[in-house]
Amino acid sequence: MSEASELYQQVILDHNKNPRNYGDLPSHTHSSEGYNPLCGDHYHVYLIMDGDTIKDIHFAGTGCAISKASASVMTTLLKGKTRAQAEDLFKQFHDLVTSPVEQTPDEDALGKLAVFAGVREYPSRVKCASLAWHTMKAAVDKNGQAVSTE
Amino acid sequence: MKTAADTFDVMKIREDFPILHREVHRKPLVYLDNAATTQKPRQVIDAVSAYYSEINSNIHRGVHYLSEKATHAYEEARKTVQHFINAPSPEEIIFVRGTTEGINLVASSYGRQNIGEGDEIIVSAMEHHSNIVPWQMLCEEKKAKLCVIPINDEGEIIFEEFEKMLGKRTKLIAVTHVSNAIGTVNEIKKITAMAQQAGVPVLVDGAQAVPHLKTDVQNLGCDFYVFSGHKIYGPTGIGVLYGRRKLLERMPPWQGGGDMILSVTFDKTVFNALPYKFEAGTPHIAGATGLAAALDYVSRTGLEKISGHEQQLLSYATEKLLLLKGLRIIGTAKHKAAVVSFVIEGIHPHDIGTLADREGVAIRTGHHCAQPVMERFHVPATSRASFAFYNTTGEIDVLVSALEKIIHLFS
Ligand SMILES: Cc1ncc(COP(=O)(O)O)c(C=O)c1O
Repeated sequence: MSEASELYQQVILDHNKNPRNYGDLPSHTHSSEGYNPLCGDHYHVYLIMDGDTIKDIHFAGTGCAISKASASVMTTLLKGKTRAQAEDLFKQFHDLVTSPVEQTPDEDALGKLAVFAGVREYPSRVKCASLAWHTMKAAVDKNGQAVSTE
Repeated sequence: MKTAADTFDVMKIREDFPILHREVHRKPLVYLDNAATTQKPRQVIDAVSAYYSEINSNIHRGVHYLSEKATHAYEEARKTVQHFINAPSPEEIIFVRGTTEGINLVASSYGRQNIGEGDEIIVSAMEHHSNIVPWQMLCEEKKAKLCVIPINDEGEIIFEEFEKMLGKRTKLIAVTHVSNAIGTVNEIKKITAMAQQAGVPVLVDGAQAVPHLKTDVQNLGCDFYVFSGHKIYGPTGIGVLYGRRKLLERMPPWQGGGDMILSVTFDKTVFNALPYKFEAGTPHIAGATGLAAALDYVSRTGLEKISGHEQQLLSYATEKLLLLKGLRIIGTAKHKAAVVSFVIEGIHPHDIGTLADREGVAIRTGHHCAQPVMERFHVPATSRASFAFYNTTGEIDVLVSALEKIIHLFS
């Protein structure tokens, strides 16, 4: 399964099996719910914001390995970041998963996000990878409102 | 003793299907998504191509040579369908775009005419969305009620519940012949017998049945029967609604336009006779000829042999899949078509689908347009392998070994 493992890299499998920052954050100040009606992926993202800074971030829910690993990686990247930095990372992530397959991703700049480059080959899975990010953004911008991929 | 399946030459059949010889991701294609749509034999592709290259023309309009040829081909196709499902007459065969359109036609025409406030429509808990939503829309419009026959843990209709539901207010029963999500073959004759006693018409969604079971609408005793060409080796965009003449005659047209009228003035329009009353506009003539070629192909092969082979595939697949760690089959009815829906503990169906695809194996993952079925079995989605007469046990081995690799990757 050589080609497929480009998508299902060890990092993704690991985050799927042992998701980081998983579970409710009882004292959260911001939250949102994201849902992909096509495949049933369903997550909550909880944040504790201190002014413009993300003091803590958790997620909970169910879905495929791609969506879960993406949510997990996202929480590890965003803790301690400012709102502007979070948006910038989201943009980098979005640009990565929607960029042409031929384009070689800048792994140094992308850091941990680079493992999601493989998603580009599977247009039907881009939504899975992006769901948590959209949910995070909704939580920060429109606290309490749910988002859907459709 | 020789069984039907012994004389069934699957390799010879595969030769007729060009797409089965292609590769996907540099692996031979293993196409196990036949419940979504089936592949087409050369005979169907050729019939469509011959239609366009030799007789393309509009029908029922011109007096010129090509128009007569095209009209003839279209009407012959109707007769082929009639014989295939043993309908009493060709006028009871209405060409539509597919199952979905056929059900919507009945809902808009028969439904609007005959269902009113407080009336009830019965469907089963294993319906495809296309046999739920049109009735929901109708119920909303008419303030009628949609009643759902529950299914048991095996995925079979609970007849005691159906019996309780069936009453004075019931105006229509709409049920699937074969479930696309879990493969259950429903006892349609039992349903129509009970319905007849109550004086209620029955619509049968035959989308998943006609490719696998010999279908005889008179024997089934149903009032409407609907299916799609593309699920029985024919083209997309063509399907069939069979309706009992008595019902069709009383039903109003559902779309207006050319072909469905006898005469038009601004004062009065006189509708055409059956089946044209329900076929407004230029139909999918090429599709109808392709569908006829597909039905001929199936008839020549023989539905008994086809279903014998497919049942062998079903038992082989069921047996092999159950050996996999953490795999559970959803839908274990006694009488099943060649569909295996399954979940594997700890691995989401979409990951299974993507990874199997890399091995050349096409299976469907998701809710299969049957979300209520997923809810009934408390799963968000399943993976589904659905077989056709051109599949082989060797292909099932490829599926199983792909799944073994996936389970290993996730362990
Ligand atoms: C049982 C059943 N009914 C209805 C349909 C809808 O058929 P179509 O999309 O061809 O209209 C399908 C197809 O998936 C089906 O499996």
